[in-house]
Amino acid sequence: MAKIHVDGNTYEVNGADNLLQACLSLGLDIPYFCWHPALDSVGACRQCAVKQYKDADDKNGRLVMSCMTPASDNTYISIADDEAKEFRETIVSLLMTNHPHDCPVCEEGGHCHLQDMTVMTGHHSRDYRFTKRTHQNQYLGPFIGHEMNRCISCYRCVRYYRDYAGGKDLGVFGSAANVYFGRETEGVLESEFSGNLTEVCPTGVFTDKTHSERYTRKWDMQFAPAICTGCAVGCNISPGERYGEVRRIENRYHSELNGYFLCDRGRFGYGHANLKNRPTHALVREGDSFVTKHRGEGVNLGAQLLKSGKTVIGIGSPRASLEANHALRSLVGAGNFYSGASAQDASLTALCLKVLREGPVPAATIKRIDQADAVLVLGEDTLGTAARVALALRQAARGKLQTMSTEKKVPDWQAASAADIAQHELNPLFIATPMATKLDEIAAATLRADADGLAALGNAVAHALDASAPAVSADADTAALAQRIADTLKAAKKPLIVSGTGCGSAAVIEAAANVAYALAKLNAETAISLAVPEANSLGLAMFGAPDLDAALARLNGQEAVVLVLENDLSRRASASALDAAFAQSTVIAIDHQQTATTATAALVLPAASFAEGDGTWVNFEGRAQRSFQTYDPAYYDRHVATQESWRWIAQLRTALGQPAWSKLDEVIADAEAAIPALKGIAQAAPNAEFRIDGAKLARAPQRQSGRTAARANIFVHEPKATQDPDSPLAFSMEGINSTHAVERPAALIPFAWSPGWNSPSAWNKFQAEVGGAMKGGDSGVHLFRHNGAAPYFPLRAAGQDGLRLLPLHQHFGSEELSAKAAPIQERTAQAYVAINVADAQRLGIEHQSQTRVEFGDYSLSLPAKVRVDLPAGSVGLPAGLAGIPPLVAGAAVRLGKGG
Amino acid sequence: MSDTPVLKLADLPKAQGFALSEEERHEIEHALGHYPDGRAASIDALKAVQKHRGWVPDEAIPEIAKAIGISAADLEGVATFYSLIFRRPVGRHVIKVCDSISCHLTGYEELRDELVKQLGVQYGQTTPDNRYTLLPICCLGACDRGATMMIDDDLHGPVEPADVKAILESYK
Ligand code: SF4
Ligand code: SF4
Ligand code: FES
Ligand code: FES
Repeated sequence: MAKIHVDGNTYEVNGADNLLQACLSLGLDIPYFCWHPALDSVGACRQCAVKQYKDADDKNGRLVMSCMTPASDNTYISIADDEAKEFRETIVSLLMTNHPHDCPVCEEGGHCHLQDMTVMTGHHSRDYRFTKRTHQNQYLGPFIGHEMNRCISCYRCVRYYRDYAGGKDLGVFGSAANVYFGRETEGVLESEFSGNLTEVCPTGVFTDKTHSERYTRKWDMQFAPAICTGCAVGCNISPGERYGEVRRIENRYHSELNGYFLCDRGRFGYGHANLKNRPTHALVREGDSFVTKHRGEGVNLGAQLLKSGKTVIGIGSPRASLEANHALRSLVGAGNFYSGASAQDASLTALCLKVLREGPVPAATIKRIDQADAVLVLGEDTLGTAARVALALRQAARGKLQTMSTEKKVPDWQAASAADIAQHELNPLFIATPMATKLDEIAAATLRADADGLAALGNAVAHALDASAPAVSADADTAALAQRIADTLKAAKKPLIVSGTGCGSAAVIEAAANVAYALAKLNAETAISLAVPEANSLGLAMFGAPDLDAALARLNGQEAVVLVLENDLSRRASASALDAAFAQSTVIAIDHQQTATTATAALVLPAASFAEGDGTWVNFEGRAQRSFQTYDPAYYDRHVATQESWRWIAQLRTALGQPAWSKLDEVIADAEAAIPALKGIAQAAPNAEFRIDGAKLARAPQRQSGRTAARANIFVHEPKATQDPDSPLAFSMEGINSTHAVERPAALIPFAWSPGWNSPSAWNKFQAEVGGAMKGGDSGVHLFRHNGAAPYFPLRAAGQDGLRLLPLHQHFGSEELSAKAAPIQERTAQAYVAINVADAQRLGIEHQSQTRVEFGDYSLSLPAKVRVDLPAGSVGLPAGLAGIPPLVAGAAVRLGKGG
Repeated sequence: MSDTPVLKLADLPKAQGFALSEEERHEIEHALGHYPDGRAASIDALKAVQKHRGWVPDEAIPEIAKAIGISAADLEGVATFYSLIFRRPVGRHVIKVCDSISCHLTGYEELRDELVKQLGVQYGQTTPDNRYTLLPICCLGACDRGATMMIDDDLHGPVEPADVKAILESYK
């Protein structure tokens, strides 16, 4: 702690901060551009100048850059000083010299840091009368628009893209007054984290292209605190809606998880919620087609089917909320509820849950991954399965920079000096995966092996750390590498093990757990991070229900009524297995998407998308997080029958004469009572009764225009805003909106805004310390804690020989819902088969030749990618892509030449 | 403002199917040997190509970048930062006129006007016979001899407008 004196007032601040960060944390406004809480200081823009005095008596003082000056004890500064103010006004006018002043047509307008800072400095009128330099813009792919004339040369974009995210294809060109930020030649930005440029850039140079076509100003959208369903990291997002469409997704700050950054799958994959072919009414099968029915008719028909006297079973889903899954379970009875995950996904997820819940090692948050100083990645290509982890692993490697600068007594926020000190030094990252990953370029060592080889390496590391861990016989190279990894992990202060369900092997997960367990005996700071298949996989695993394969075995072609919840079964089980099991079944499908399963249903009930309903999700560290509804689709079209899955089920129960829930909090309470493992989910967010000063919290900004006319094209009468019985949020601009009145719980902040702060920089105002935790604490609740000790997992017998399937998880295209979004489809690869070079030579398969791939009852013709990095015997297929059936890792495959 | 040439991207020549020559490759590898880090060899590598071709075409950037093991975007940043790395073809002789402050005080404008008149080209342009290219440059470190200019590797100064013709004639 340090005492600083600002304009005659004395404050306690964190002495390790720079003055800018310290003052912003105090709630004092200093304009700035090049500084960013995640990117630290370079002193490039000169906007953050303040007057600093030698002591209390110094009347002259001198101008300093607050971002480059430590907030040391007894610092005297003035923000309000006239000279400092004039200097700041001059800087903004210089930065604006070539700016086109095109706010009215700029998509940053209304959430623009440059606008806010210009207003803050009082630079009201343009005074540059001459010709401005102009630039040509580049095509950067389907995600990001480029308008270089608006650039103020703050360098944040390249500092984020290259230094933070490890991107290679964004640069800065030219010099002096003619500087250009873009690609060497135009083309798709390659980084999977490119979308963050739209928030990092304080101006309208980089904007969200997916928002562009149907653009709405920030102040005219409606938002909600929501959770990304793109993977199990559970990043916090702020979807923006207008006229019943999701228009864009922005990051919602969470200090333990996403921080300031999302991945591109999460940011740009929302298009599934806007698809025109989504079911919006109850659909009743008549012959080969569906007839549209009202909600009540759908419920009645559903109830009739359930009453038919046949066996009723329910199949849940890892992409549905806990509430929806619980509602289904309670409708059909615990004995008739199945998780809906494939047997392999379910058993691997259950194993991860066991490791996290019963093992001695805590599950790492993203922040903890950022801080790791030695990492072993065993089997997981996180870019495909938990992308935000991959970005965090880059920070772990870069952490060396902090250590080295601290040793040299350079404050770690001095970004340029720290980088100079560290040069290319990185913390050690060991990557052992079946195939090369993008992170290999920052790895201390890599190993390519199949599941058996990876498990052997992991167990050898565990044994080298602790002789009581199971001994494994490994070849000399593996043993040497294992010893090196063990020594490195042992020497680390905050070691981390990363693994997961991605390569489909229990042996790999167990080996990773053994390393973590062994390490935990030596170092209590050890952490583990396990990627699981889908957004709510871990939450569903906590139900302890049998899996989809068990449901199919139970059905076995018998007569039954099957309620399928938000689940496209064709992605999880083979067509022949489904056909056989469902031969005599009547399917009621509740979903927000049109799928192969809804196509075979007798009745389809339209469910809410992530933006139309509330629900609780359990992320990969066991954190329950509530995702709130952004908008009510019925507000724009009252015939629409879309509602949360749990509400459909509640209405079915009522129609069956059973007691049912009427609001979300009742479902949550019921779920907690029925499933002890879920105890605590109510605390994920305040309940629907929560109020501030007696008022609900507004989902829309105060200046939202035209709400009352939003449906004037339908009918001139203005309906009252939809009432929300499920949350303390209001579908309106009316309600609590300010950052000042009361500290709002983080789980209830739909969008970042504070008076004078319209851009994402407004998060400053919600944080206890800028860049740190939220004022009211970060949201979500951990449903379990790791345990004292657990026995090592015994070694498993080696897998079978011969060609074996290896699912390859793609960042774009492998996840079901985001894969339906057009911009994601533009980035998705065509299906292919990856074959080891020796296997290919033996079989006479040429690179890129059409190849026959046979497994189970599938026979596919795919172009071959012959690879040197894939282990012999592994046959890689891109999971979830169009033309790729459900994959079982380790299943036997046959390959043949020709289509 | 009249000093600023208008750059039309479409007018730039395109080097199709660019490949580094054996000599260039050799010189780049030699330069690489001087530094622990490939990035440090950026300027030497660019200069090697410029030595042989007179300038560095866009298409050369990815090739040079590959040779020194950095990204094309990184190298392009270096190659556009330094004004003596030419990114358009230049004439046999490159005239660099100092436009920094001392020379401004000692006759820069007259010198520039005389050059423009004699050569019939503006900054950034090359005479039709491909003999001269005219460029501005910042302080040549010879402020005591302003107004100064540099032709190829020769420094001239002080230069009076009346001297220009004779100096130009000495460069064939
Ligand atoms: S493009 Fe944006 S982030 Fe990059 S330098 Fe310009 S204003 Fe800054
Ligand atoms: S890492 Fe996962 S949760 Fe986070 S934004 Fe990406 S897809 Fe969404
Ligand atoms: S924010 Fe301090 S110099 Fe840019
Ligand atoms: S100003 Fe011309 S040489 Fe220095």
